[in-house]
Amino acid sequence: MNKAPTVELKLPIIKDMELIATQTSEVVSKHMSLTDDQSGEISMALIEACINAFEHSETKNEVYIHFIISDNELTIKVIDKGKGFDASKIKIPEIENKINTNERKRGWGLMLIKELMDSVDFESDHTGTTLTMVKKKDSNE
Amino acid sequence: MSKVTNTKIVEDIVVIATEGYLNKDLGEEIQNIAQKYIDDGSSIFLINLKDSKIVNSIGASILIELIEQLQDIDGQLVFCDLAPIIEKTFKIMGLTKYCKVYPTEDEAVKELA
Repeated sequence: MNKAPTVELKLPIIKDMELIATQTSEVVSKHMSLTDDQSGEISMALIEACINAFEHSETKNEVYIHFIISDNELTIKVIDKGKGFDASKIKIPEIENKINTNERKRGWGLMLIKELMDSVDFESDHTGTTLTMVKKKDSNE
Repeated sequence: MSKVTNTKIVEDIVVIATEGYLNKDLGEEIQNIAQKYIDDGSSIFLINLKDSKIVNSIGASILIELIEQLQDIDGQLVFCDLAPIIEKTFKIMGLTKYCKVYPTEDEAVKELA
C-alpha cells in the first residue's frame, strides 16, 4: 500500500506564524481541487488550531503540522509538546453569555474548528496534544 | 502586515477601513480608533474589511468588546465587504446577531444615513 502524500511543517512559536500554515493549506487545497470556500474554512480552522497550540499548550518548542492528502479528504494534524488539556472542561461559547457580562470574550477556537471541519479529534495528555481535523472533498459546506 | 488604512466620517457614520490579517493587533487598533470617536460623541461605526481576507478569533473577540461598548451608548457597529470566510466566522461566533453586514460601503452608508 502506498503511503499517503504528506506535507510537514515545523513552526516556531513566533507571532503570526499561523499564516505560514494557511499559505501551505491553500497550496494543498488547490492541489486537491477543493473549493475556495473549503480552502477558507481549512485556513480558518488551522489558524485557530495553531493559536491554541501556541498559547494554551504553553509549549516553548515548535508546533508540527502534517497535511495528509488522500483522494477523498485532507487530514491535518497539529501537534504540540505542551501541557495538554481536558476537552471536557471546555465550555461551548455563546455570544449572549459574553456580551454585557464579565465572561471573557475569547475562547472560540475549538468551536470554530468543529464548525468549519468535517471531523475533529484530540489526543492529549501532560506530554502534549495532537489535534486531528478532516475536511472531506465532497462536503457540502 | 495589518493596519487601519483609512478612517473617515460619512453622514455621521465613522468608517474604518482595514488591510491584512484581523488579529489581536488590528482588533486593538480598531478599538483604539473607535474609542477616540466615541469620546467625541460618535456612535455609529462601519468597519470595511474589503482588504482583510483573514481573521482570527482573538481579533473578532475584540470586536465583541466594541459591540458591548456601543450598546451602552445606543450605538451600532456594522460591517461591509466581508470575505466569505470572515462572514461565516462572524456568523458562527454570533457577531451577526448584533451587527448587520452589508455587501458594500455605499450600501451600508445609504441605509444607515
